[in-house]
Amino acid sequence: MNEVWLILGMFAITFGIRFVMFAFAGKITFPVWMQQSLKFVPPAVLTAIIVPAVVMPYGDMDISFTNVYLLAAIISVVISLVTKSLLKTIFFGMLVFLLLKLLIA
Amino acid sequence: MVKYCHYFINLKKVSIINHQQLKKAEFKAGCKAAIPLIIGAIPFGILFGTLAPTSGLSVWATMAMSLFVFAGSAQFIVLALIAVQAPLEIILLTTFVVNLRHLLYATALVPRVAHLPIALRAFLAFGLTDETFANMSQRYQPDSPLGNDHQYAHYFYIGSIFSFYTTWSSATALGLVLGNIIPDMTSWGLEFAMSVTFIGMVVPYVNSKAMLSATFSAAIASLYFSYLPNKLGLIISALIGVGAGLSVMRMQKMSINNQEKKI
Repeated sequence: MNEVWLILGMFAITFGIRFVMFAFAGKITFPVWMQQSLKFVPPAVLTAIIVPAVVMPYGDMDISFTNVYLLAAIISVVISLVTKSLLKTIFFGMLVFLLLKLLIA
Repeated sequence: MVKYCHYFINLKKVSIINHQQLKKAEFKAGCKAAIPLIIGAIPFGILFGTLAPTSGLSVWATMAMSLFVFAGSAQFIVLALIAVQAPLEIILLTTFVVNLRHLLYATALVPRVAHLPIALRAFLAFGLTDETFANMSQRYQPDSPLGNDHQYAHYFYIGSIFSFYTTWSSATALGLVLGNIIPDMTSWGLEFAMSVTFIGMVVPYVNSKAMLSATFSAAIASLYFSYLPNKLGLIISALIGVGAGLSVMRMQKMSINNQEKKI
């Protein structure tokens, strides 16, 4: 992939989104349904990335106890619910993953 | 007359100093307000710098992304996409979708920045991250320790950006160095680090039926559409998730309205 286009494109899009309202300084508004839907975007996108990555880590659907990615992901959800801390979730989630990998693989 | 002139000049000098002090105080307070959020962001900057090369991004592009794009969660998501060789169009489309929430932040801040020159507005927009938006929301609270005079509040904004920008880019650089020292991170299964990071980000969102429906339908759809080429399934699943969340929210509102009518 052309990395120059990647950076330029990401810059233009990110900056464009952040700047458009400031540039027109209140002369444009967008509809209510759009405002309401924006808050669903991050969790929906992230979920759509996580689920295939852990359910089919090697390309095929693998719902079993030997799929350490899926097991560790489920445990990480529980860890996140209990600790309510992003950093703790990452730390203990990784720990669980590496332990499971040693035990099962 | 000369005497009066003198007096007048002195008065002007004093007021200039006061304004300078006010600006400085706002800037410093902005830098400081960012610290608690920075402490949380540093590990992610390091993680980003460490993971980027193993996902297939060159060192310069990794650094350039933190310096020019400056959008933490989008940067991580793009790494995940690069790792599975998604094409440029999908990566850019995903960047767009993920960063759309910044429209909300900008809309909320427009009345505060509308009077500033366009170049300064452009700079402030460049630094409008989740964290700086959180800082600014606090600054405009009536109980802000800096008071209710917002004449120089944009210096607070600049301070918050300054703190974040310098830490985020330094943390990325540090991560790049660390990743170089510890070789072969992929064999450790570090790609799971990305999944667990995203899990930790999603779970706190899921605090309502609408959010639960959004994430659940996105999850099912992402498996169903996983056969689609170019990671197109990601965009479709995200849209399905957003649609589901929005519909459930609307239905709940309608039923609440109906109940109120009955009462």
